[in-house]
Order: sequence, then structure tokens, then C-alpha cells
Amino acid sequence: MTTKSLKFPQAFPRPKSATGIWSWIGTVDHKRIGTMYGIVSFIWFLVGGLEALLMRAQLASAENDLIGPEAFNQLFTMHGTTMVFLVIMPLSAAFFNWLIPLQIGARDVAFPRLNALSFWIFLFGSILINFSWVTGDAPNGGWFGYAPNSGTTFNPGLGMTYWVVGLNVLGVASIAAGLNFIVTILNMRAPGMDMFKIPIFTWMTLITSVLIVLAMPVLAVAGIQLMTDRVYGTHFFNSLGGGDPVMWQHIFWLFGHPEVYILILPAMGIVSEVLPTFARKPLFGYPFVVFAGAVIAFMGWFVWSHHMFTVGLGPAANTAFSISTMLIAVPTGVKIFNWLGTLWGGNIRLNTPMLFSISFIAMFTIGGLSGVMHASPPTDAQQQDTYFIVAHFHYVLVGGALLGIFSGIYFWWPKFTGYFLNEKLGIANWALMMIGFNLQFAPMHWLGMDGMPRRIYTYAENMGWEGSNLAASIGGLILGIGILVFIFNVFYSKMNKVMAGDDPWDGRTLEWATSSPPPVHDFDVIPQVQYRDDFWFKKYPETISEYYHDDHDQAVPSGAQLDDEVEEALPVVSGGSDDHGHGAIHLPDMSYYPFILSVGIAILGAGFITNTYVVGAGVPFILWGLLGWSMEPVNDPE
Amino acid sequence: MTQAAATEHHEPVENTSTGLNSRKLMMWAFLGSDVMFFGAFIATYLVYRGKSLVGPYPSEILDIPLTSVSTFVLLMSSLAMVLGLHYVKEGQKNKGTIWILVVVVLGAIFMGFQFYEFREFAHEGLTPRTNIFGTTFFILTGIHGAHVTIGVAWMAFMAYGSHTGALRKDNALDLEIAGLYWHFVDIVWIVIFTVIYLISATDGPPPGVGPTILH
Repeated sequence: MTTKSLKFPQAFPRPKSATGIWSWIGTVDHKRIGTMYGIVSFIWFLVGGLEALLMRAQLASAENDLIGPEAFNQLFTMHGTTMVFLVIMPLSAAFFNWLIPLQIGARDVAFPRLNALSFWIFLFGSILINFSWVTGDAPNGGWFGYAPNSGTTFNPGLGMTYWVVGLNVLGVASIAAGLNFIVTILNMRAPGMDMFKIPIFTWMTLITSVLIVLAMPVLAVAGIQLMTDRVYGTHFFNSLGGGDPVMWQHIFWLFGHPEVYILILPAMGIVSEVLPTFARKPLFGYPFVVFAGAVIAFMGWFVWSHHMFTVGLGPAANTAFSISTMLIAVPTGVKIFNWLGTLWGGNIRLNTPMLFSISFIAMFTIGGLSGVMHASPPTDAQQQDTYFIVAHFHYVLVGGALLGIFSGIYFWWPKFTGYFLNEKLGIANWALMMIGFNLQFAPMHWLGMDGMPRRIYTYAENMGWEGSNLAASIGGLILGIGILVFIFNVFYSKMNKVMAGDDPWDGRTLEWATSSPPPVHDFDVIPQVQYRDDFWFKKYPETISEYYHDDHDQAVPSGAQLDDEVEEALPVVSGGSDDHGHGAIHLPDMSYYPFILSVGIAILGAGFITNTYVVGAGVPFILWGLLGWSMEPVNDPE
Repeated sequence: MTQAAATEHHEPVENTSTGLNSRKLMMWAFLGSDVMFFGAFIATYLVYRGKSLVGPYPSEILDIPLTSVSTFVLLMSSLAMVLGLHYVKEGQKNKGTIWILVVVVLGAIFMGFQFYEFREFAHEGLTPRTNIFGTTFFILTGIHGAHVTIGVAWMAFMAYGSHTGALRKDNALDLEIAGLYWHFVDIVWIVIFTVIYLISATDGPPPGVGPTILH
């Protein structure tokens, strides 16, 4: 085309190289971005784990003085914040990035540059929040930052400002990623793949992304309010000025409870892919799993006050939230029966991913059941702020989300890299994690029932808590050794490669249809989809009649096809709409503007913590990034 | 589609799974996200309504006629937005540019009104630190004002594009997406105007407390 477009002066030439540091800084490839998400969040996982081990070391014996109360507060605050925002969420994002385009038969996400922006903002936000360790003033108000304890009156240092600004920066990254995946899943599906033929992990990603997009702004509001209270002296949570600290709890948990489902739904999606593959039968009740996920996401907005049963909201509010909390256990239970139904009568292979997935079901069920216990306000009044709660949410988040993620790592590693993770080391990894995890968190149930409060840095000798605490600390150590075995496995497997081939597990979904690791353009030919688990049925057409009893909806819908009309990121397949991939494949060009823009946002955030001149220093980078980006074509004319 | 057809004028046909343009879909999803953002701020305002311990109280300080004028200005900017998009889609470059400029000007006037209002309130002793009304009022309207500012900058960029010919009928979608944002910011103001100005207009001091500003 010869039409005019605006040009922005380029400070650097557009990155083109496929190797070297610029190839990573300028990358828009969803697979590379996924890898970067995985590596960075795994590093934070080690940091968060170290924080946990330090706390366990302190609590291993009564009246211990290894770590003082001030450092202990910082440790539990940063452990929670790190594990939620810098580990589970971005590890899930690593899977979203790697798998969603592959599972729906696309060549990239809908907005590759936005995707790069999400990662860079996440990286800088995570560094910002952890930079507080360097200044010696780490956040110490808990991952929930309850007012008024998080206000300047009781917390005059900079720690909680780092925390609140860091979370807001991370929120921008999450929202951008959420928007990207919603559009990708809705708009970039391969021809013939209607919404009830997309893999279940893709469904859970869609539901999670909707939750992220709707919940993170609420955290942003809480964050802005706390920040203005701290930095500019407003009164949102200051009762002397007419505000109300309880308002913080409402807004935070209105975000915080959907957040719980943001953490667990991706793991549920992973498990729902692993179980059918190794049971060699389709997921039992696919629509039920989808709708249960959607119902969980919807009802997740009506249960937040169960975190506040002891605040004194009154019997009416407590009753309503108690009922909604008990109800939300129903769709969760539905999923557990779906997984059991998938295993039932299956031809089961017990390898590492499968062991992690089955353990997920067991551990998540335990955590879910203890969750239903404190759905009852009188019971909760007994359990609130005790180790019982700690036991509950670690069974859900470690026994649930993290085991699901490890299952996914072992399952998709051959796809990501082309070779297997070592199976013997994998089973050792699994066994150590399971033993360590249960030894660490099971005793916390009775410690909590016995009244041991959360967040205390030590306890008296005559409470009878020493044995259980020592067991928990030993368990934490074993869990940590399990993680070390995993790291060893990664390096060992890399040095002793056992090549996997394209479809090592006899997989069901489209990511197994391409090579391992996938080419940069994902698919040589965009697949045409006819069935749910299309790849499986194409491999085993004789099983089609077993699961599809009528043929009339099998026609491939026309129209949803790739050609050169497709929007921004969609790589262009030249040669016309009915000729897939037989010509040259154009991928979106690399760009350094996402990196520049995220640098600007990071400086802006740092400015809110330090002083307004720094805010001003961030603005030029933001303008540079935005203007340059908006005038940069997706593909340079050749 | 042949190469010739691709370069000629055509109605946009989206070859996405849903048939919707991806960028437009993302703008709608973003607006859903922004609804939660404003919703949480507006809910905070409503929860704290009438909870100020010291004045000035809303009934003493809000100037409904003045803000009605600025509200009218902002509403008219949406009309200009519709006309601007219409002419850009028609390919009438100059009319398109002018109407987009009208959006910029009306948006800027609204910002001017807000600046004036903030300054007046400060003179009369209401700042974000004065009381909970000041806190919730300034942060909510300030966040909205920030949205308007971004919109004005975006529209100025669009007007420049239309003037130079970079924004044309074949990529009028760029303007349509910016317009979705603009209309949304406008609609949010209607809610804010209702909640802060109309239903709080008579909110005075709590029982037993005298007025703080004597006009």
C-alpha cells in the first residue's frame, strides 16, 4: 500500500537478530516470553522458599531467637506476596504463553508486543518490590496489608509503600496479559475449533484471564487508596479523618477472593489435560468442568467476607457469606468427581506428571474440605488467625496450585525443549515434595486447633507445640530438598538428553501436533479442527464413533480462516484464504518499545516511593515507548 | 482474496474466530476492567458518604450549576466524537479533523472546569486531607480527570493523524476504538455527577454539628 502513516524517529534500529541479548529484549515470540516468565518466577520461587525456610528455622524450637520479630514480620509478608504475585501467577502465565497459541492452533498471541510489555513490567515490578530488602526496609504488614497497621501511623518506614506501589505495577502487567489472552482465545482459534472444542486448559486460561481483568483493578483501587493515605495523607483508612480500616478489608478481599481462583484455576486446567492423557480416555464431563470453572469464577465474587467473619459485620452478613462460601464448594467438588471419572476405567500410566496430578486431587481435596469447615462463622471464630488457616491455604496453594504446576512442567517439558526430564529423578522429586509437604503442613492443622496463632515469631516452651513445629520445620527442609532435586533434574536432563519426539505421551491436543520444540512459527500448516481432542481422533479415527454418535455437527465452519486480512499480530499467510501455509510465513517483527515503556513505568513506580522528580524522569520513557509503539507497524515494509 | 482486491477500497472483513476485530474486542474487555476500577472508587465514595467529621460538607461547597455546565460540555464532546468518526469514515478529511479537534477542545474545557473547581475548593478549605469527603471526592474525580487527560492526548494525536492523512477511512477503526474509550469516560462522568453532585448536594454536617463555611 502506498498510503501515508506517521513515523516516529527511531533511536535504535529495530531489532532483527535471532540470537544475543537484543533478541530477548526485543522478542515478541510467545514461547520466548513464556520461557522468561518461567525462569524469572522460578527464581522468585527460590527466594520465597528461602524466606519460608528461615521462618521454619525460627519456629523449630520454642523461645528461639534466631530471627527477631521485626525480621519475622518482613519474612512472612514477603513470603506471601512473593509466592502469590511473583510465583504462582507468573508461573501460570508462563504456561499461558507457551501453550495457548499451540493449543488453539495459532502462530502467536493476539498482541505480541503487549505480551512482551506484560513480561517486562512484571520483571521490573518484581524487582521493585524486592528492592526493599536492599534498603533494609522490607514490607512487614502481611501480604493482605491490613489497615491501619499498613498506614504511616503504625508503619512509618518505606516498606509498605514499596509493597503497595510494587503490587500496582504488577497489576498493570497482569491486566495487560489478561486482556491479551481473552482476545487470543476468543479470536485466534484454528478453523473449526469452536468454543466447546478448545482444550480444557485453554478454557481455564480464559476464565482465569477474565478474573484477572476484573479483579486486578480492584486491587489497584485498594493500592491507590493506601498509597495516597501513606504518601499524601488522605483518610481512606484513617478513622480520625472519618475513614474506616474495615473498608480496606472489604476492598482487598473483594479482589483477594477472586485472586484465590486466579491461582488455582490454571492448575486445574493443567491437571485436566494430564489426567486424560495418561488415562487414555477423554476428560469425563468436559462441559461440566467448563461450567464448574465458570460458576466458580462467578461465585468467587460473592464470598469475600468469609475472610472477615470475626470483624463483626453482624449475623445477616455472616450468614449470607457463609451460605455462598458453602455453595462455592459444590462446583469445586464437581470437578473432583470429573477427574475421578476420568481415571475410572482408564488405562493408567503412573509417571511423574501423573503422580503430581493425582497428588493434586488428593491434597486439594484435603485443603478444600478444611476450607468448607471455616465457611461456618462459629467454627471460623475458633480458627481465625491460627495455624489451621495456614494449613488450609497451603494445602490449596502448594498441594493444589504448585503440584498442578509441577505436573505441567514434567508434562510439557518435552514439548518446550525436545527432551524428557529424567523420570527417576522426577519420582524422587515428587516423593520428597509429597513427604516434605505433608510433614510440614499436616501438623499445622492440630497446632491451629490447639490455638497457636499465625504470624508470631516465637512461642512459649510450655504450650506443647514444640514437637509439631519441629516436624513442620523438618518437613519444610525435605520439601526444599525436593525442589533441589528438581533443579538437579533440569541440569541432569539437559546434559543427558533423552529425545522425546513430537508426541511422546500420545497426547490429545494440538500442541503435540507440531515439532518439539515448536518452530518459531508454531505450525507449518494451520490445523483444521473437527473434534474436541482433535489430534487424538485424527490419530485414532476408529475411536470417533465411540464418542461422537452423530455426524451432523462435524462440518468445519467456513470463514474462521487465516488470510492477509487478519489483525495486528496474526502472522500473515500469503496466498489467500483457502491456501494455508504453503507460502511464506510472516511473523510479527521484534520491537524494543515494550521494554522502553516498561522501564518508564518502573521509574514512575520508584518515583511514587521516593520523590516526585523521579516520577518526572519516568514520563519521557513512557511517552517514548507509547508514541514509538503506536507509530511502529507490526511488520516493517520489506 | 486477490492482491488487487486487497489494495482497493473494501469494507473491513474480520477473519477472526468471532468475526470481531481483535483490537476492538480488547478495548471492550479493557472497558470492562475499567468498570471495576471506577466501580470500586464509586463504591468507596458511597460507603463514606456523610461520614465527614469536620467540614466543609458537600452542601456547603458543591456548585451544581457550574458543574452542570462542565457536564454538558463533556456530553457534547461525545456528539462531536460521533460526527468526527462519521466524517472520517466518509473520507471527508477536513470535516473529520475539525470534529476531532472539537472533541479535544471540549475535553480541554472540561479539564479547565475541573482545575478551576479543585482550586476553588482548596481556597474554601477543602483538600484531600481535610475530611473523608475531600479524600473520596478528589481521588474519584481526579482519577476521572486523569482518564479525560489521556483521552484528550489520544484525540489530539488522532486529529494530527487525520490532518496529515495518516488516519483515513480505511483505518477509521483506530478512531472508533479511541471513541469507545472516550464515550466510556463520558458515561462514567454521568455516574460520578449523579453520585457526587446530585444525590450528595444536600449532604450537610452530621446531626449536632454546625456549618463550617458561612456564605
